[in-house]
Parts: sequence; C-alpha cells; structure tokens
Amino acid sequence: MATQALLAGNGAPTFYVTEEEHHPEGGSTMLGFWIYLMSDCLIFAGLFATYGVLGHSYAGGPSGRDVFELPLVAVNTAMLLFSSITYGFAMLAMERGSKSQTLLWMAITWVFGAAFIGIEMHEFAGLIAEGHGPWTSGFLTAFFSLVGTHGLHVTSGLIWMIVLMVQTAQKGLIPANKRRLMCLSMFWHFLDVVWIGVFTFVYLMGVL
Amino acid sequence: MSIDTPAPHHGNPTGHDHLEPHGSMKGYLTGFILSVILTAVPFWLVMDHVITSPGWTTATILFLAAVQIFVHMVYFLHMNTRSEGGWSMLALIFTLVMVIITLSGSIWVMYHLNANMMPMTPAMAESAP
Amino acid sequence: MTTSDLAKIIFGRLSLESIPYHEPILIGTFIGVAIGGIAVLGAITYFKWWGYLWKEWLTSVDHKRIGVMYIVLAIIMLLRGFSDALMMRAQQALSFGDNQGFLPAHHYDQVFTAHGVIMIFFVAMPLVIGLMNFVVPLQIGARDVAFPFLNNFSFWMTVSGVILTMLSLFIGEYARTGWLAYPPLSNLAYSPDVGVDYWIWGLQLSGIGTLLSGVNFVTTIVKMRAPGMTMMKLPVFTWTALVTNVLIVAAFPILTAVLAMLTVDRYLGFHFFTNTMGGNPMMYINLIWIWGHPEVYILILPAFGVFSEVVPTFTGKRLFGYTSMVYATVVIAILSYLVWLHHFFTMGSGASVNSFFGITTMIISIPTGAKIFNWLFTMYRGRIRYELPMMWTVAFMLTFVIGGMTGVMLAVPPADFVLHNSLFLIAHFHNVIIGGVLFGMFAGINYWFPKVFGFKLDRTWGVRSFWLWVIGFWFAFAPLYVLGLMGVTRRLRHFDDPTLHPFFIVAAFGALLIAGGIACMLMQFFVSIRDREKLKVGGDPWNGRSLEWSTTSPPPQYNFAFTPVVHDLDAWWDMKARGAEHPTSGYHAIHMPKNTATGVVLGVLATAFGFAMIWYMWWLAAISFVAMIGYAIFHTFNYDRDYYIPAEEVARTEGHRTPAVATQG
Repeated sequence: MATQALLAGNGAPTFYVTEEEHHPEGGSTMLGFWIYLMSDCLIFAGLFATYGVLGHSYAGGPSGRDVFELPLVAVNTAMLLFSSITYGFAMLAMERGSKSQTLLWMAITWVFGAAFIGIEMHEFAGLIAEGHGPWTSGFLTAFFSLVGTHGLHVTSGLIWMIVLMVQTAQKGLIPANKRRLMCLSMFWHFLDVVWIGVFTFVYLMGVL
Repeated sequence: MSIDTPAPHHGNPTGHDHLEPHGSMKGYLTGFILSVILTAVPFWLVMDHVITSPGWTTATILFLAAVQIFVHMVYFLHMNTRSEGGWSMLALIFTLVMVIITLSGSIWVMYHLNANMMPMTPAMAESAP
Repeated sequence: MTTSDLAKIIFGRLSLESIPYHEPILIGTFIGVAIGGIAVLGAITYFKWWGYLWKEWLTSVDHKRIGVMYIVLAIIMLLRGFSDALMMRAQQALSFGDNQGFLPAHHYDQVFTAHGVIMIFFVAMPLVIGLMNFVVPLQIGARDVAFPFLNNFSFWMTVSGVILTMLSLFIGEYARTGWLAYPPLSNLAYSPDVGVDYWIWGLQLSGIGTLLSGVNFVTTIVKMRAPGMTMMKLPVFTWTALVTNVLIVAAFPILTAVLAMLTVDRYLGFHFFTNTMGGNPMMYINLIWIWGHPEVYILILPAFGVFSEVVPTFTGKRLFGYTSMVYATVVIAILSYLVWLHHFFTMGSGASVNSFFGITTMIISIPTGAKIFNWLFTMYRGRIRYELPMMWTVAFMLTFVIGGMTGVMLAVPPADFVLHNSLFLIAHFHNVIIGGVLFGMFAGINYWFPKVFGFKLDRTWGVRSFWLWVIGFWFAFAPLYVLGLMGVTRRLRHFDDPTLHPFFIVAAFGALLIAGGIACMLMQFFVSIRDREKLKVGGDPWNGRSLEWSTTSPPPQYNFAFTPVVHDLDAWWDMKARGAEHPTSGYHAIHMPKNTATGVVLGVLATAFGFAMIWYMWWLAAISFVAMIGYAIFHTFNYDRDYYIPAEEVARTEGHRTPAVATQG
C-alpha cells in the first residue's frame, strides 16, 4: 500500500498528498493508553522493588505469616477474576452493539470490583485495629503502600466505570464511547495482571 | 514489526484496523478457565503445604504467576505481534525489561549493601561480596 | 474553640511568621518581582492583550504555541536559577576566614537546593520539551501531536510546579536538603518545615506533566509520520526525541513513586526511608537514581539531536553515519538504565556491585564517542558556514568531550571514593549539562527561531553572548576541577584555608562573564524583535534538509496544507533536488482540535491542591482535589472537541504564503 501512495499513476514520484485525507479519529488513543499503562507498570515496579527490599524489615512487629489471611485473599482474587470475565462480556456486548447488555455487564463488573475494594478495606481495617498499621514497620509500610496503590487504581477504575456507564447511557455506543470503553477494558485487565504479582509475590510468598 | 515498517498514518484503507483486535466468547472463557486454574493451584500449594521445600514452592508459584500473566495478556488484553504494527508488543517487552532491571537491580544492590554494612570482623570482610 | 485553633484549621501551618520579611535579600527580590509583575500585567491590560493571550496562547492546543510557552517559561526560570548561582559564587568568593559572607547558612542551603531543582526541572526540561513540541510534528509532516489537549495539560502541570517552587521564596521557605532531598535529612524528623513539602509537590505535579508529554510524543512519532517516512528515514532530532520520550515514560514513574513514598513518610508516619522501624534511607537513593540517571540522558539526547540537524545543514552535506547515529542513541538509552549506582558508589555495596556499574558506565562513552566522530566526519571536507547554531555546536564538541572524559574518571569506583561529592563532580556535571544540554538548546533556539517567528536572531549580539558564555563557562568551572582534586567538597558556605581563595574568585569572575552572556542573549532577543522587518526570512533560511523547512515561517496553524510524501532521509533536500512543486489549488478542509480552558483550570486547581498540602490546609486540599477530579470528568462529557478549517480559508492562507514557501534568505 505504501508504494502506491508514493507514486502517481504515471510512475513519477509524488511529493504531496493531494486527495482528501481521512484520518481515523482517535486512531492513536489505544496505543497512547497502552504506553500510559506501561508507565503505570513501572510505578508498580518501584513499589514491588521496595517491598522486595523492605519485606523482611519487621522492626519487632509481625511478619507476613502473622498477618496474612489467605482465604480472604483467595476470595478477593476471585472477585477480581470474575470482574475480568464480566468486563470481557461487556466488551462482547459492545461489539454486538447491544447497549443494554453492555451496561448490564458493566454494572455486574462494578459490583465485583466494589466487592474487591470492600474486602480489601476490611482487611486493612482489621490490621490497623490489631495495631498492625503501616506505621508499625518497614514491612507493613511497603505492604500497605503496594496493595493500597493497587486498590486506589481499582477505585479510580470504578469511578471511571460509572462515568462511562452514564456516557454510554446518554450517547449510546458511538465510536468515542467505544474507544473509552476499550481503554477502561485495558486498564481493568492490566490491574488484574498487577494483582497476579501482588498475590504471588506478597501474600503467597509472604506466608511461606 | 520491522524497523522499516511504513508509517501507518496514511493510506490506511479501512480506517478500522486501528482498533485493537477483539476477543471472542471462546477466547474469554478459555482465558478465564486457565486463570482460575492458575490461581487456584498456587493457593492450594501454599495453603496445604503440598511441596515441603519453600524454595521449590516459591519457584513453582512464580512460574505459575508468569504463565498466568501470559494468559491474561493473550486472552484478556489481546496482545499479539500484529496489533499497532507491533509497537504495543515492543512497548511491552521494553517495559518488562525495565521492570526486571528495577526489581532485580534494586534487590541485588540493597542485599549487597546489607551484607557489607553489617558489623563484621576483618576476617569476614575479606570474604564479603 | 479559640481563635488560634480556628486559624489553624483554616490556614494550617501558615501564619504571618511564615512571610520572610526579616530577610532583606528576599524583601528586595519581592519588591523587584512585584514591580516587574505589576508592570507586565499593567502593560497587558493597557494594550488589551488579555483576550489575545487567553484565546491564542494559554488555552491553545497548537503544539507550536505550547512549545514557545515552554521555552519562555524556561528562559524566565533560567534568570531565577542563575541568580541563585551568582549568589552562591559570590558567597564562596567572599566567605573566607573572618568574613562570613552575606548568606546565612539557613538561606544558603535553600539557594543551592533551589538552584539545582530549578535548573534541571524548570530550565533544562522545559527547553527540551519545548523544542520537541515545536519541531517534532513539523519534522514528521504532521498537523499536531497525537493528543493536543493532553499537551496543553502537561504544560500547565509544569507551570503548577514552577508556581509552587517560586512561591516558596516569599511564603515559607524552600528545602535545605540539596536538589534530590535525600532522607533521613528530608524526613519530618530533620526537616519539619515546609521546604521539603514545597520540593515534593512542585516536582510531583510537574513530573506528572512530563510523564504525560512522554506518552504523547511516543504516540505521535509512532503513529503520525508522513507517508513514506519509515523509521530509518526519521530525522535524527525526531529519533532522539522518540528515545528521550521512551526514557521519560520508563523513568518518570519511578520518580512519581519515590516522591509518593517520601510523601507518606512525612505526612502519615510511614517507614520507607526512616532510620528506625525498618525503614531504609538508602532505598530512596537507589530509587531516585533509577529515575535520575535516565533523566540526564533525557536531557542530553535531544541536544545530540539538535547537533545532528545543525551539522549537516551548515556543512551542506548529508549526516555521516545516520544508521550508527540511530543505533548509538538507542544503545545509550538502554545503557542509561544500567548505571544508576555510579551516583552512590560510596554507599558500600561492595566490590562486585561497584565493578558492574563502573563498567557499564564506561561503556556509555563508546556510543557517545561514535556520535562525536560522526559529526566530525560530516564536517570533514564540508563547506562549513559558521552561523550561530554551528558556533554553538563546535563549542559543544570542544567542551563536552572534556566533560565526558571527567565522567569516565568518575566512573572508576576507587577514584570516585576520592572525588565523590567534591567540586570535581560539580565541575563535571556542569561541564556536560551546560556544555552539552544548554549549548545544544541554544544551538536549537538559534536554528529554529526563524521557523517559529519568521525572522532570524541578530548575529552581533548572538556572537557576543556566545563568547561570553563559552569563556565564562571555562572561567567558572575549570577552578572547580582543581579545587575538587584538592579535596574541596560541594555545598560549603565558608572556608578557612586562604590558599583556596584565588580559585573561588576566578570562578566568581566566570559567573559574571556568564551573566554578561545571558544579558547579551536577552539583548539579542530584544534587538531581533525590534529589527524584525530587516531580519525577515522565507520558509527555508538555512537551506535546510528536513520537512519543517518546507513550510512557511512561521508555519500556518495546520502546518501543511498538503501532507508531504517522503522518499528520502533528507526529505526536503530531496524535494528541492527533484523540483517538487507545491500544489497551488485543490485545497481541502482541514480537521483541527479546538482550544480548551481545561488545562488552565486543572493547573490552577493542582496548584491550590499542592499549596494546601504543603501548609496542611486540609479543607482546601480536599476541595481542590475533588474539584480537579470533578472538572476532569466534566471535561470528558464534552464530545465537541474539533472543527474544520474550511477549504476557502486554507486557500486564502496559502495564497498569501505560497510565494514565501521555500524561499531562502
């Protein structure tokens, strides 16, 4: 295709695009958002590295084995996994062009996401109530910050999801909204990937 | 992606291939089932102490996490070498390298710092890393 | 509740005592700034420029306008950062024996901190980003960047950081920790005042802006190149811009993370970097240099790009070794991520770690050396025209090579144990940052100024500024190399050994010469604007090679009426050689983004949020944060973000400009 664009009909080189240009609107958005996600990934890399370094600095406080409740973490992980597949269904509904089903699946996703945040807040509140707050030791500082940053991301995802549900309800599945829904989809699945790192590196390895 | 890929900006015949490749019901379900398995197995390994050696357990769950990240990338994030002319894959690989450098570099550096800065006898200092 | 409790709730830590009215230097500065500010605002009001400024500049999403605003910001901040430098040089030249100089320690420590922060974050970075903003879309034949609004927002986040940093002059104080605010000194226990908080929020806000610019430019260069422009036909400046922005995307998140960690340490009593309770201050130093080392390459690579444009243009030859130039850039970028520990060899990680990082550091000199040879070979047997950009380039090569060699000396860990934190280090990094980045940016400004405004910069004053800068630089920093080798450490306020005195006097003299260089540069701008009719040029004043020279100077809002098609690395050179004719009819409507005030509004709210956090005004912090999120969401409900410039208007603009396109002069 490129060679055709470079030569005019008679084979002489063309130096300017003279026909009407059609720019696919928002054609850069998905790649741009992906690159943003990569930078976000490096924020988590910094936090994981810090956890890796401070993860055994208990300062006389509890260790991971003392404070982590794996069954709770397993339930939480399940919430996030379910929310992933339901967001996938929302995307499939979007491609079919069904606005109501898209909204329905997004609402379900939102509930799972909110459940995840609820469970995480319950876990945090429990730890703080027992006197194991983030100010107890380097380990707990790194733990709360890493898991909390992921939680903050999920929370912003939830706020974003509400905004998109309102916009989809108002304007329908227009290209701009579809693009936004796909960005949120990437964001949501990306947070899943980060969570795989969290439950493996922090929780499971923490109780070994 | 080759470095000589023509600029994708113009001459895009359909105007649609800028959208990411979409998943299918089958793809999402496959990904979901695989990730459920890949989540359940490490939890089971750790909670039921299936492998006695913590070292091997760590190695196994890290491997499973890597596989699960791969599964999510393929089935949920629809990564492949073609989307965006290969640029998103290139960005991902680059980021992974950076993540590995940041993580392993920091841990390596700080481990050696701790090892070297502990109170030690001259004899111990001789053999310090 | 007493009134003082109420005042505490409303104003947090802020009270009348926070205003430094007992410091004569600051009062003088304040009066100067106030008079100058009132004069500028008065002039804008008197000439009724507010509407124009608001509509055409502050809310503009045009990459050219944003680029100019970045550079104006950088030049203003250069004056502030350089005043700090003059104060330090004067203090060190005076403060010997019984003489304590004129700066108390409390003030002096703020001055060297502010100097470092301002010069790196608010001078060098805006210069680099501003130049990329203006040049990159033109070089790749695009009409704007990929995300024009984001570009405007990034700029205003940078401005928020600047405002917070400048506010610290008159309300409260700045950090007294050195430019990277190492803990434990920067922890709440040792720096309980607002200084470090000003530092944190100023950098956090502007850092987010930089990160988003990085995302924007990577996407722009990947997605918006003109047809035919393959990656290996990308102009070298755009290549270096791409690599720089990749580094921004890879490195700035680490800065964001580490600043956030210091924030929670200070605000919530966490233990990341404390001495006790399992914190580890060295982890901060490790993380901040994982960002910090790529950062210096973020600054220098675009300068290398500028030289790679200037040298072929002014020697009339194709760049020697284009491919090796591209690979050298990429290799430098990757290596820049593997050397961070050389900033703290003395931390005590032991021989194996230090050797690894020492060797990777030395390896960087290989691709850098390859670049120098490429420029030299381009010049070899070329017809060199010593216009101002070329003069800066030659000065760069002579100066930077020395800086590079002292860098390799510092890369040897045992040598670094002697030279660490000495004035030798100070001389080294000023040698590469002034001799490399700043000279590069000056070359770039002199080179592209005619493209931006349609007239050249005055040569006489430019030459004066050039010589004062180059000679002044060597007078100011050669003594520091010597002093460093004699064992003088950095950041000292007072000296007892009188044998050091002559060196500091020479250094102060050098700083005065540089002051003359800056004055001549301002004079150069003034004279050029005054004589703009005489200095007027066409689209291609230097007989250029890349696409930005194929449109008028200044370019129309939409850059190119017809997108150019690229056949050769030096696309415009090729078009001129083969007699490409610009069509004179058949214009189409052009799709453009609309201006928006959202960037300004979010910038104001972010500044308020930062200020409130610094002074513990929790109510204001909460309100401004919620307002920021709310306004950003509100902005997404506006789907009407672009418009078409009708074909008739394009034809009218083009009718005026066609004779001016491609004329040299």
